[in-house]
Amino acid sequence: MSSSTILSIVTFIYGLAGFLYIFAWVFKKESAGRLATWIAILGFAGNTVGIVMRWIESYQLGIGHAPLSNLYESLIFFAWAIAFIYLFVERRYESQIIGAFSMPLAFLAMAYASLSPNISDRIQPLIPALKSNWLIAHVMTCFIGYAAFGIAFGTSWMYLFRQRDTGDKSPLFDRFPGIDALDELTHQLVKFGFLFLTIGIITGAVWANSAWGRYWGWDPKETWSLITWLIYAAMLHVRYFVGWKGWQSMPGKLLGAFIVVLIIGVVFVFFKKLFILPFYFLLLVSLIKIFGAEQRKLFAYLSILGFAAVLFTYFGVNLLPGLHSYQSMGQ
Amino acid sequence: MSDREIAADPFAKIWKFFASVRLTIVLFLTLAATSIIGTLIPQNESPEAYFRAFGPFLYRLFDVLGLFDMYHSWWFQSLMLLLAANVLICSIERLSSTWRIIFVRNPSFNLERFRRLKPKKEFGDNRNAGALKESYSAVIARSFRYWRVAETDNNGFAIYGEKGRWTRLGVYIVHLSVILMLVGGVIGSIFGFEGFVNIAEGDSAQQIRIRNSGEIRKLDFAIRCDDFDVSFYTTGAPKEFRSRLTILEQGKPVLSKDIIVNDPLHYKGISIFQSSYGQLAPQDQGLTPPGEVTLSFTSKATGMIYEKKAAIGRQIDIPENLGKFVITEFNNNYNFRGKDLGGAFVGILYQTDGAQIEVVLPIRFPSFDRMGPMFNKNRKDDVFISVSDVDVKQEPAIARYFTGLQVTRDPGVWIVYAGFILMIIGCYITFFMSHQQICVEVIDKGKKSRIMVAGTSNKNKLANARKISKMAHTLANLEQRA
Ligand code: HEM
Repeated sequence: MSSSTILSIVTFIYGLAGFLYIFAWVFKKESAGRLATWIAILGFAGNTVGIVMRWIESYQLGIGHAPLSNLYESLIFFAWAIAFIYLFVERRYESQIIGAFSMPLAFLAMAYASLSPNISDRIQPLIPALKSNWLIAHVMTCFIGYAAFGIAFGTSWMYLFRQRDTGDKSPLFDRFPGIDALDELTHQLVKFGFLFLTIGIITGAVWANSAWGRYWGWDPKETWSLITWLIYAAMLHVRYFVGWKGWQSMPGKLLGAFIVVLIIGVVFVFFKKLFILPFYFLLLVSLIKIFGAEQRKLFAYLSILGFAAVLFTYFGVNLLPGLHSYQSMGQ
Repeated sequence: MSDREIAADPFAKIWKFFASVRLTIVLFLTLAATSIIGTLIPQNESPEAYFRAFGPFLYRLFDVLGLFDMYHSWWFQSLMLLLAANVLICSIERLSSTWRIIFVRNPSFNLERFRRLKPKKEFGDNRNAGALKESYSAVIARSFRYWRVAETDNNGFAIYGEKGRWTRLGVYIVHLSVILMLVGGVIGSIFGFEGFVNIAEGDSAQQIRIRNSGEIRKLDFAIRCDDFDVSFYTTGAPKEFRSRLTILEQGKPVLSKDIIVNDPLHYKGISIFQSSYGQLAPQDQGLTPPGEVTLSFTSKATGMIYEKKAAIGRQIDIPENLGKFVITEFNNNYNFRGKDLGGAFVGILYQTDGAQIEVVLPIRFPSFDRMGPMFNKNRKDDVFISVSDVDVKQEPAIARYFTGLQVTRDPGVWIVYAGFILMIIGCYITFFMSHQQICVEVIDKGKKSRIMVAGTSNKNKLANARKISKMAHTLANLEQRA
């Protein structure tokens, strides 16, 4: 069996695990939950085997390199990191409901890699710019960071659902861990992710310096990773901002007004394509909501915004004018 | 200082503004939001391209706002400067109190404070307090760097343990690293440069072109490209670009190295990177220097055109007594003010007034010499020279490549790298290490005793609560074994 076949099967195993986690949560079936854990472990094992086999296959093809060199391989590693971190969190925090918000992410990453017609699962030789150990360190640390942010994205939604649920109105959210635990878990995950994103950006900078003689060039991919990093940095500092009261505070208003103006400007100047308008409207509304929130909610919102920036850094940057050297160098 | 004193003193007010976390959050999010602009407008393109894309009004507006090179615009740099001031002042403001916490000679413990703590476990034991002292102390000593026992009333005692005071410095390491990176970046942008140069195989270059500004910069040494190779995978994707470079000091080779992408050459603080390559355009490829060439001389006075055969090094007389001319060399790709004119003869015109004038005769541009008097005011305009016939042969066999090199100097990079390392270390310390204190109080109840375990940590309260329960569990289990 080839690694691609194994990885396609893993996609469905993750899908099944995600489904079982959701099923166990919604119908309060502990046996389904236990099964979900075992299926997730199986998927993780398969994922690991798939990555190792792909590595070996690349050597058999005579173009041996670590399987971290293109979109397909990075998505596979992303799913692997999500599964790993999630399983660790499940053991540590003894809650399976987080799995209902995490394993579907691993499934989606794998499904996108395996099923999207735009992504080739062929093992390709390395172009000159990618032949660097810094690149391996860069991709691994970035994606471990992204995976932690992905799970924090899930726990942030859980926090927001849970804290609305005063009284025993909704039995679904009632089964979540308490809001303090969710808040703390989000914080832990974001700290972990932030450390890895920081190392990822730094190793990327060192790599760029060894390949092109500059550690920072403000190209769109680099800039978006910095934007992501700034959002999470803001999030970490929100915890120390005693006295944040949402819109009532002056800088909050100023910042909000500034962002609104900026976004409206951007929409009208650059995006004559109208289909983007609803998305921008959505973003606008959510930003207004974000900065109106009290401290701990703001913390959760920023984690969600941060993960949106992660996704944009990952998938969206290619839509922007100008290309990151990762894709264009040497072609 | 009290709030009222601060309100009265403008300096204190400014200081407080710069020390606030509120400013930090505003700056982080403003930097994040504005950074998006530069990813929507491609940066550092030519003004014409922007003008065409945005029209006159937006072009002028964006130009004033510096949006075409926004990351170096005054307002973006001011935001970063504000952040630097913010992080510096905030750290100075807090360091003294942290310092006082960290460097106390004898940590003092307040039993009452521990009794009031939330994460607290209590249990009983069937022995009196004295019997527990030794074994409990041993357990605390095992997991806490600093510990001591204090007697309390009625034969009771309390064990205090503490570790990780110094980890409170972690966040200062992170904040210092930010300053280092910014300082290193500024040093690099003031004292460094980032340029590029294309060198054809066999040629050498001493001048590079600065990226973005386009200005020319002369290096102290010359770079010669001895050889360039590109190899391909069977799929057609490039496998490796390799340039063999030699550094020449006053024409003498001092250093040779093969560079590939990711493996540059460093010399005198300047780094030379393989960044691109190309094939010379066909007209620039090896033309064999021709044996004979026909030149035509146009006299301005009579309008007559004379054709004469010439060869390199052979002096000829110009008709109508307009002087003498000799071709001195043939240049495969003559570079005129940054433009490649292709193959050209270079010669010397001996004018009737005695002046010796260099004349360039590009094969493809026969009227080029008509501009001669414009470029050199000593050139008389009584005769123009052009190449009317030449039999140059293309060298067909090997394609000639040029290598594209990035040439940079960045004296700030080591400061930035020091910042990188400190940031990683500092983040690890602040995120995953903490300053922990524990107190085990044993109250003697005659034959029995009552035990309380309580503790604090400056981070991660839930993990701390778990640790306290675990410690209580360990201590309670000691009893079972005894
Ligand atoms: C790019 C700049 C900055 C970076 C990367 C940075 C990074 C960090 C990190 C990683 C933490 C630890 C957060 C946590 O434990 O959750 C932290 C804490 C903190 N930062 Fe920053 N920071 C920056 C700028 C600033 C600035 C400008 C201020 C000024 C007010 C500031 C004030 C603080 C404070 C007060 C804390 C809490 C310290 C404590 O644990 O007592 N930071 N910072």
